[in-house]
Amino acid sequence: MNKIDKSLLEQVSDLHKISLGAFNIRKNGEVLDRKSTKEIEIVKKKDKSGIDIFIKKDVKNKAVHIPVIITVGGLNDLVYNDFYVGENADVTIVAGCGIHNDTNETSTHNGIHSFHLAKNSRVRYIERHIGEGKGEGGKILNPITKIYQKENSYMKIETLQLGGVTSSVRKTFASLGDGAVLNIQENILTEFDQTAKTLFKVHLKGKNSRVEVVSHSVAKNNSYQVFKSDVIGENECFGHVECDGILLDNARIVSTPMIDAKDSNSSLVHEAAIGKIAGDELIKLMTLGLSQEEAEKLIIKGFLMG
Amino acid sequence: MLRIENLSYNIADENSEKEILNNVTFKFDKNKIYVITGPNGSGKSTLVKNIMGILSPTGGKIFLDEEDITNLPINERANRGIAYAFQTPVTFKGLKVKELLDIASGKTNDFNTLCDYLSKVGLCAKDYINRPLDDKLSGGELKRIELALVLARKAKINIFDEPEAGIDLWSFDNLTKIFKSLKSTNIIVSHQTKILEIADCVLLLKGGQIQKVGKYEEIKPYIQSSTCGKLRGQDE
Repeated sequence: MNKIDKSLLEQVSDLHKISLGAFNIRKNGEVLDRKSTKEIEIVKKKDKSGIDIFIKKDVKNKAVHIPVIITVGGLNDLVYNDFYVGENADVTIVAGCGIHNDTNETSTHNGIHSFHLAKNSRVRYIERHIGEGKGEGGKILNPITKIYQKENSYMKIETLQLGGVTSSVRKTFASLGDGAVLNIQENILTEFDQTAKTLFKVHLKGKNSRVEVVSHSVAKNNSYQVFKSDVIGENECFGHVECDGILLDNARIVSTPMIDAKDSNSSLVHEAAIGKIAGDELIKLMTLGLSQEEAEKLIIKGFLMG
Repeated sequence: MLRIENLSYNIADENSEKEILNNVTFKFDKNKIYVITGPNGSGKSTLVKNIMGILSPTGGKIFLDEEDITNLPINERANRGIAYAFQTPVTFKGLKVKELLDIASGKTNDFNTLCDYLSKVGLCAKDYINRPLDDKLSGGELKRIELALVLARKAKINIFDEPEAGIDLWSFDNLTKIFKSLKSTNIIVSHQTKILEIADCVLLLKGGQIQKVGKYEEIKPYIQSSTCGKLRGQDE
């Protein structure tokens, strides 16, 4: 593993913060290293590229890391990763992809993940996307996440993409059973001519199921972001979608939150606000001694990382 | 120490120009408590916003320790020793109370120091330092944290724009205790009797001009007549 590999892995998988348990590291379309533990088994798929991850029931406070790194141009990587989380398990899954592309040819990663959460299981899923490198070649990431939550399961998704990615299309589909809770926090920064598109579609099928989506977007320069969410209430359930965007320069953000109460006992809320950095926030920080530029940076940092 | 000279502030639209401050001249001395009062629209908030640099005067000068600061941006005035508590506290998304107290004091504070700042405004540090300063906090909590941020500045001049507004169950006595304990020049915009009573000097503003200056007891009859009995907090 060279310096670039190590740097990408650290940025994507936060390896220094969460103790390493089972893991699968994929580099340039090939498996670089893999380790199963007695509680978490990682098995290579036989019919296509990717892995199945089996987390045994009652496993507590364990982590799985499945980072992907791409350090070449001209690669179109497609991988299927399927997680099966046993009853009462409580785990942290760290995924994400880092592309370092110094060439003039585009590299793309298409990561297709599915999560099958058994009754009463809990998952914290951290997904980071990084793009870097001096080449003109695109750094493209198109993750698809499919979530199937059984009774009283809980999933929290934390997505972070802080610039560098030329284009991303992120699709998330979820189906929630009785008492299941899904919590999504997405923080995205685009700059230059980058584009980032996000689509959420969540079916609240179970009684007392609940989804909370909070999306914070910062779009700089000429970048363009699209946020679409579609929450469908099919039972007595609660859904809340919040999309906040900060615009700088000539950037553009389009937000389309849709809620569909198919059941009259659904309670669904959406909120969306897009605009420049609030003037009073800048003024307040300036009264504390920060320059306008420092204040802007701090507001954006808090908004994306806070 | 702080001197304003012929300060004017006008706002203009297509058809007319409205005078908010009209040639205001005054000198604020070191370590005194000044309370600026007057009817709604008399120019109180406009005056203090001009001192902080939030608004730029259309005429006149502002001097701090004989340095002309009229054209300095807000942060440079802040770094020369002027602090400002907003009438309506500003909220953020993702910035925590601790982070803001650290910025205000210009250093990374330990728990005990943060506790000092927050306990002065009646808040327990462990319940607040890691909370975002956002609209999930109540109006009263935000107002007290706003005061704590000013205390953390340790400034030469503290400006408080209607500090009593919305401080919920926290007593006025605590608020006045803070003002009296500060070793700085305090300029407070207020209608509150208890705050007016602690002033070394009350400035009564009317129609963008200083109408009267003096101790509260001297100014009291003019305050009542100028506000037509609508003075908030007068009978509380």
